[in-house]
Amino acid sequence: MSGALERTPLHLLLDRHPCVGDFLGALGLDAGDGQRPLGDWLRHLPDEELFDAGMAREQMLAHIQRLIGEVEDMARASRPLRSLTLLGGRDKSGQAENVELEVRAGEVVCIVGPTGSGKSRLLADIECLAQGDTPTGRRILLDGQPPGDERRYAPDRKLVAQLSQNMNFVVDLSVRDFITLHARCRMVADVEGMAEQVIACANGLTGEKFSPEVSVTQLSGGQTRALMIADAALLSASPVVLIDEIENAGVDRKRALRLLSGGDKIVLISTHDPLLALRGDRRLVIRNGGIAEVITTGDGERDNLERLETLDGLLMDVRDRLRRGLRIEDRLEWPH
Amino acid sequence: MRLITVAGSPSVGKTSVILRAAEILHRDGLAVGIAKFDSLSTGDDALYEQRGFPVVTGLAGALCPDHYFVSNIEDCLAWGQRRGLDVLISESAGLCNRCSPHIDGIYALCVVDALAGVHTPRKIGPMLRLADLVVITKGDIVSQVEREVFAYQVRLANPGARALFCNGITGQGADEVARALRNAPVVPELEGRHLRFPMPAAVCPYCVGETAIGETHQRGNVKKMRFRDLESGVNP
Repeated sequence: MSGALERTPLHLLLDRHPCVGDFLGALGLDAGDGQRPLGDWLRHLPDEELFDAGMAREQMLAHIQRLIGEVEDMARASRPLRSLTLLGGRDKSGQAENVELEVRAGEVVCIVGPTGSGKSRLLADIECLAQGDTPTGRRILLDGQPPGDERRYAPDRKLVAQLSQNMNFVVDLSVRDFITLHARCRMVADVEGMAEQVIACANGLTGEKFSPEVSVTQLSGGQTRALMIADAALLSASPVVLIDEIENAGVDRKRALRLLSGGDKIVLISTHDPLLALRGDRRLVIRNGGIAEVITTGDGERDNLERLETLDGLLMDVRDRLRRGLRIEDRLEWPH
Repeated sequence: MRLITVAGSPSVGKTSVILRAAEILHRDGLAVGIAKFDSLSTGDDALYEQRGFPVVTGLAGALCPDHYFVSNIEDCLAWGQRRGLDVLISESAGLCNRCSPHIDGIYALCVVDALAGVHTPRKIGPMLRLADLVVITKGDIVSQVEREVFAYQVRLANPGARALFCNGITGQGADEVARALRNAPVVPELEGRHLRFPMPAAVCPYCVGETAIGETHQRGNVKKMRFRDLESGVNP
């Protein structure tokens, strides 16, 4: 196979696999007119240029071959995940958890418990697809089967997208360029169209709309969250989304969860927020490092959730009026 | 004894990743030691000692740290054997992106920092491109999108390697690093082995202390920049 690669004229290779051009460009090598076969071109490269580039000819050939393979691999659509199963391990005192929890695509499970109880450890166990090899001894199954190594060690095809609270943007790009960059990595067919869709969707989640031209570093906390949720729902390859709290400022939590579960994601949220915790289908109670209880959201809880949402709407309304410089003199009507 | 070479630019979190993984290996009953290479000074040996890991330190001073590393790694290996270690981890800072510390047949790890920006992986040379495992740090403080784009860029920069995220502060991901280290090949000796790629070269008067500027001092391995406007037939 490497023989066939060596005999391929460089211009054909660059045409078929833009990643090869990027790679040679990053090494500072000039492909010339590209008429020569790859092997021939490599043989004619001066040693000095190879030395500067930091790779020997055969290393470069092997690299190009693997690169083409990987990119083809990435472009192949991944099999959708139908369920994730958590097999309990033990808590901090070594007590068995006695839990077997199956979460299906489209389901939202919340994780509640005091700070330091082990919520992050649970998210970490799921994130690394633990196989009894973490301190909790938990195991994670995908569609009922233990995951293979290739699933555990391919970070760009990671099963789990994690939206944490203390995230920053490092790149200084406009929202449109940023999401387009992601779409290109995901190798979607219509890159621009997808970016528009993600941005429109994010604007649907946040009270403060933003333009695709604004730099990502200028987004507010709420806008950032909305953008990351829309991206996770529509563009991320990961079928599992772990969320570490959604701050209430400026994100429509109800719509956000509907968007994620509607995209057939498996959603786990670590939260203290009653509006989120009660909106989950189930919630895990973490105590002393272990899952102490699995609670299915009851009918009474759903009724209370509606009352809380009315109350929250009232608060949001007051916040909005304050923001617009209005007075809050009229007696507020509490929901009954 | 197993030997692992760990390299990465300054401040990417090499020491934190090594500490997290070493703690896991230690918990599993393995004797882990560290050979720490740095240029001028280091406080990391204290961090290792604090946690009970034997450490030996080498400061390259005025020498290229890469060259210093390869001239001393055999002695470090012998030190680890004398100490009865099961795992020896060498940590060296890749001060320039052309660094090339990895050795054929020795498990090679490169640490990169997600904060460095999505274009960084393609700018790092043999240190990243010829590593067996790429560990990405500080992923928790960048957005999920940048994590995915960064990981994609790492994969393009080294399609043969495994890559994973590790949080040096919480230890998330360290289990996977430790598992990889546990399976590193056993290395009885280094004599006769080769670097995966030659190190950056520099043999000129400036290597040995010349400070004066001027063409007469530029002898030996000298490379000059090209200026297109000085080349014939090209307008400035």
